[in-house]
Amino acid sequence: MERNPMRRQLAIMRQSLFDQGHVDEQFVQLEELQDDANPNFVEEVVTLYYRDSARIILNIEQALERKPFDFRKLDAYMHQFKGSSSSIGAKKVKAESTLFREYCKSGNGEGCMRSFQQLKKEYATLRKKLGAYFQLARQAGPVETASRPK
Amino acid sequence: MVMAASETKFHVLAVDDTLIDRKLIEKLLKTSSYQVTAVDSGTKALEFLGLNNNDHHDVEVNLIITDYCMPGMTGYDLLRKIKESSSFKDIPVVTMSSDNIPSRINRCLEDGAEEFFLKPVQLSDVNKLRPHLMKRRTQTNVNKRKSMDEIVSPDRARARYNELEVK
Repeated sequence: MERNPMRRQLAIMRQSLFDQGHVDEQFVQLEELQDDANPNFVEEVVTLYYRDSARIILNIEQALERKPFDFRKLDAYMHQFKGSSSSIGAKKVKAESTLFREYCKSGNGEGCMRSFQQLKKEYATLRKKLGAYFQLARQAGPVETASRPK
Repeated sequence: MVMAASETKFHVLAVDDTLIDRKLIEKLLKTSSYQVTAVDSGTKALEFLGLNNNDHHDVEVNLIITDYCMPGMTGYDLLRKIKESSSFKDIPVVTMSSDNIPSRINRCLEDGAEEFFLKPVQLSDVNKLRPHLMKRRTQTNVNKRKSMDEIVSPDRARARYNELEVK
């Protein structure tokens, strides 16, 4: 149980990320890799993800402006996006990318556009929530880990 | 069996065209006490291996872990090139992919990959690498020990004889 109020708030925020389905087990895996040598590992990986995602989203937007849709190309872009979303545990975003890919495979242009709008929404929400979370984490300071019995 | 203090860390060569996944696999491997070199293509992986052979065998690669889907040379192409090379064919290779395609997985395993990991790769996957590395190191040590025994034996025999006399 966290005695420090900031740490408590952080724990609540973290739990809600999971409860609301924004992140999954993979996010925990990232947290477990964070250590004294890499105290900001999770945030670093997520920052790389944002950079990568910005590029891919732009590519998809441009591809969706060209008619007829190149579904193969759209699918390839989304395959990349799904991969990196999966690597950071971005659950909702990953689910939406899967849906987009299914629309690509069935050549459903309308479906792709709808799905892409939804995906951008989910992605924006994730960024907002993670942004607030990491900001509080930085303010709260490093966690004192219990020393393991030798 | 006691590990000699001079026993060096295993060196893993990681190949992935995605920066995030490279960072992840590097951290996973370092957390498991492996020395890591990460490159972003099969071509660079082959260059790295090739360079070592010309360079007084200073850096040894004990295992290669590669993504499957990469532009240019796929992980499968890399696997084939390594298994077809007389210098590198004994290096264990592990392939990874975010796609769960049984025919792809089987093809890699049949053509020499020790394991196939589904992404995202986790610590539990990386733990599966050790037996493949230990098997090779044990084999190398057995060969080393055999040749050492041949040198040491006469002295050992003498020590035993001396003990008997003291008694």
